[in-house]
Amino acid sequence: MNDVPADLKFLSSHEWARVESDGTITIGISDHAQDLLGDIVFVELPEVGQSVDAESDAAIVESVKAASDVYSPLSGEVIEVNSLLEDQPEIINSSPYEDGWFYKLNPSDMGEFDNLLSPDDYIDVCED
Amino acid sequence: MNKTALHNAHINLGAKMVNFSNWEMPISYTSLIEEHHAVRNGAGIFDVSHMSVFDFNGGDQVAFFERIFANDIKKISNDNKAIYGALLNEKGGILDDLIIYHAGDKFRLVSNCSTREQNRQWYEKHAVEFGVEVIERSDMGILAIQGPDAFNKILSIKEMNPQVKNLPSFGCMFDGDKLYARTGYTGEDGLELIVPSRNISQLWDQALSLGCVPIGLGARDTLRLEAGLNLYGNDMTIDNHPYESNLGWTIDMTDQNRQFIGKEALLSIDQTKSQKIVGIILQDKGVLRAGYEINHDRGKGLVLSGSYSPTLQSSIGLARVDQGYPKHGKVMIRNKVLNIDFVSPRFLERGKISE
Repeated sequence: MNDVPADLKFLSSHEWARVESDGTITIGISDHAQDLLGDIVFVELPEVGQSVDAESDAAIVESVKAASDVYSPLSGEVIEVNSLLEDQPEIINSSPYEDGWFYKLNPSDMGEFDNLLSPDDYIDVCED
Repeated sequence: MNKTALHNAHINLGAKMVNFSNWEMPISYTSLIEEHHAVRNGAGIFDVSHMSVFDFNGGDQVAFFERIFANDIKKISNDNKAIYGALLNEKGGILDDLIIYHAGDKFRLVSNCSTREQNRQWYEKHAVEFGVEVIERSDMGILAIQGPDAFNKILSIKEMNPQVKNLPSFGCMFDGDKLYARTGYTGEDGLELIVPSRNISQLWDQALSLGCVPIGLGARDTLRLEAGLNLYGNDMTIDNHPYESNLGWTIDMTDQNRQFIGKEALLSIDQTKSQKIVGIILQDKGVLRAGYEINHDRGKGLVLSGSYSPTLQSSIGLARVDQGYPKHGKVMIRNKVLNIDFVSPRFLERGKISE
């Protein structure tokens, strides 16, 4: 829990968002989430070009045990998905904040980013 | 929440604990998939002390089991063996599945955790007529040691009675109050040890020091699914009869004079029209889950248990489907129609992928 990257912001449902240098947003799930899920065996990603709404389901992640919805921290248009996850979903377990990202989007409202949880606030949520 | 005698041991091993029918149990220790492979390739140890253990005293115990058990206890009358079968109500609905162990002149019964109260009352109600006393052994714990290397490991445990090496498959023996049985829920060779809780830590520690890998309930579920073994509550409930639950082979009507509970109802069932439990393998990417709808050329069905199979490296499940199913069918997953193959529920035979 101490290794949450400082440049990320979170939903309490364990998704993270990062602002890239070109203004796009990268989205994934937290280390805490992957640990709760256990071995991840399948991911259903959104389509490139699809519009997603903040706090609505945008992807599905399946561990051996169960399927879980992944909610989008921000609204916008999906511009890229992590195709590596199709054959190696276990990357989410080993690298949730880097290689295991889910999708990138062009945000429609950056104000939504400011409303997300800071790393410290997110850690508090997880420890409750 | 109930805890087993090994609760602290699980915590110290860093297990993820979950509430399983009001028992706090380890779901996994490291990785469910690694634990699964440890059992298929070596030896794993499970704490399954949440299961219900019953002993019986006095009266005509054989007649009692002949009455309440749909399999025929006479099959194991002098053999020091275990027998699997179903407990039925008068309508032929499955109250539970269970194993009865018989060695020397003693019977011991192990049934599921969530059905403990229901079963105890059922046993007590029907035991009266046969003068049998029902003794719930909440002081007992259960360890399962399973895998191709399990038996060798077990024989190296210091306190182990050396006679266990002579146990055949489904054989069992008492050693005082301890029961050792060559049974399991993984499709692998191994032993189940039904022993007083006060003895369990020592056995657990020794097994770990001999290289047995601790296995959580998560891998227990994928292991039993690959072996095609039903899970009560998922694959069958009180609303199902044995013929639509792959338990027809446990219904023994050889002795025509035997009047077991549920027999009359079973006789009125047209088995040629009953649905069947079948194995399914997802041919597309995704994961089968309970409740998904199935279609085939001659009917439909429902996924009962579904998961990812670490051995087959694809998603498998058990489904209850209309008879006459061909080789291929369709499953609906989140509004998408995906392809499945119908296969024998025994995905694995002795740990190897079935042809």
